[in-house]
Amino acid sequence: MTWQDRYPLAFRLYPYARSADQDAGTPAHHPVTIVGGGPVGVATALDLALRGVPVLVLDDHEGVGQGSRAICFAKRTLEIAHRLGFGAELLAKGVVWNRGRVFHDRDEVFGFDLLPEDGHCYPAFINLQQPWFERFLVEAVERARAQGAPIEIRGRNCVTSMEARDDGVTLEIETPDGAYRITTDWLIACDGAKSPTRVRMGLGFDGRVFEDNFLIADVKMTADFPPERWFWFEPWFKSGASALLHKQPDDIWRIDFQLGWDIDRKAELDPARIRKRIELMLGPDVDYELDWTSIYTFQCRRMERFRHGRVIFAGDAAHQVSPFGARGANSGVQDADNLGWKLAAVLRRDAPESLLDSYDAERIHAADENIRNSTRSTDFITPKTPQSRLFRDAVLHLATHAPFARPMVNSGRLSVPAVYDGSPLNTPDALPGGPARTRPGAPCPDAALADGGFLLDHLDGSGFTLLVLGATPPTLPQGLRALVLDAGASPNLRARYLGQAERALYLIRPDQHVAARWAACDAEKLARALDRALGGTP
Amino acid sequence: MAHLTLDPNLAAADDAYAALIDAHEGLTREESDAMNARLILILMNQIGDVQVIREALEAARR
Repeated sequence: MTWQDRYPLAFRLYPYARSADQDAGTPAHHPVTIVGGGPVGVATALDLALRGVPVLVLDDHEGVGQGSRAICFAKRTLEIAHRLGFGAELLAKGVVWNRGRVFHDRDEVFGFDLLPEDGHCYPAFINLQQPWFERFLVEAVERARAQGAPIEIRGRNCVTSMEARDDGVTLEIETPDGAYRITTDWLIACDGAKSPTRVRMGLGFDGRVFEDNFLIADVKMTADFPPERWFWFEPWFKSGASALLHKQPDDIWRIDFQLGWDIDRKAELDPARIRKRIELMLGPDVDYELDWTSIYTFQCRRMERFRHGRVIFAGDAAHQVSPFGARGANSGVQDADNLGWKLAAVLRRDAPESLLDSYDAERIHAADENIRNSTRSTDFITPKTPQSRLFRDAVLHLATHAPFARPMVNSGRLSVPAVYDGSPLNTPDALPGGPARTRPGAPCPDAALADGGFLLDHLDGSGFTLLVLGATPPTLPQGLRALVLDAGASPNLRARYLGQAERALYLIRPDQHVAARWAACDAEKLARALDRALGGTP
Repeated sequence: MAHLTLDPNLAAADDAYAALIDAHEGLTREESDAMNARLILILMNQIGDVQVIREALEAARR
């Protein structure tokens, strides 16, 4: 087989190297194998490896493809990256933003601030080209490997066939040196929206296709627009039915134009034509270069189930949304966050295999929320029927003079992590007066501590934590760590974790989601909640 | 919880009806449709209760 990359690389991060597995007489065995070296696959791998689980990543390329693609990384993703060891790099390189403004024609009709409170280590969002996100992630893998984390990424290792059994999977892998086989107990498919693994298994991927095309033009220019997300409906400059302007690092600006459904794709990608649209928007005198252009259409869909025995799907392979709301890569990284500790607990025999069914339950709940939000945004930006269009225009018309209509203006509801309400791992809320935002199932909001640090830094993910605020902790089961903090000295902790309550105990999962909370709890209650959060029978 | 009322609730029903018809005076079909859409949104906000709105939508589709 001759190797022809499907796309040019931005960074060559894991060049092909012959592995001993290729010379093995019988197929080598790996506990966990991940197909796909994108952000979701590598984040899942790093999470597992940091928990001591040996993991192998197979990718058919040797690094990251060109093109900025995903650019908006949300607070929750940054917090997960922090836990995995590359949050600081993202923050240093990325463009921090919290605010967005929405225009209709020339009028500003809506504005939002995604982080109107203090006491957080990370901002609501950074903008960063996806290749940089992946590069920092792979560099974190290299650092973890140097510290002994059992993780290996094999470039130009393309899975060509698979055989899934009840207790594992056999993979046939093509390389520049020929084919070889391996066996694995668990296969995690992070191989993108077109997931060859999903296709090979004949699994469905149903949902809605939206009849619209969007042109992305990333341009390089020096401009002093603020680092805010600017979105126009029916812009006065007429470059598209809608338009978006958003800053990225290195003087790159993301510009999006809505083109409609019936277009000549090739003609629209003609640089002269793209420049004409850009110059209508920016004026004829602005100096810029085209950095990357692309036309995309989009779908909102998901698999019916993400877990199929020993094969587990994550990221775009499992669910796909429109880009409005930055819910693609961000939700994929949260899949990794959810799956890592669970699979590690199953492999360590700390939890039954059925714990992994909660990955399905929780991440399908999250995918449905993302699809719902993304679909609503898309219906507003691209109304499907004359009636839908009529009401969309009515909202935009009213928004200029009637404040009530402004929150209805929907140019994308930006990614926030799902609260796993109703998850089988949750113990019913037992903290009267406790804030809704930290109820069981919720991701822990960060909080500035009295000593100047941040709460999430103390929830390092290596295991469960019992957060104790002014209460008396019971005897702790083995392996559970107590984190005793003085809520009186931290207004953030008090507001976000106590509310009207005077004291509280929170059982927090390795992925920083709340499993249970009480005003008071004894050893038995605690043990029951912990057992339940590990997939035991409630 | 508030519920939708389908019983008479306007003291001067004829006046209210006439005001609605008058408001469409001189508008094209398209302008009328757009005005109706804005009116519905304004009234939804005035009701301020999604449950009542759902009941109204259901009653209107009957």
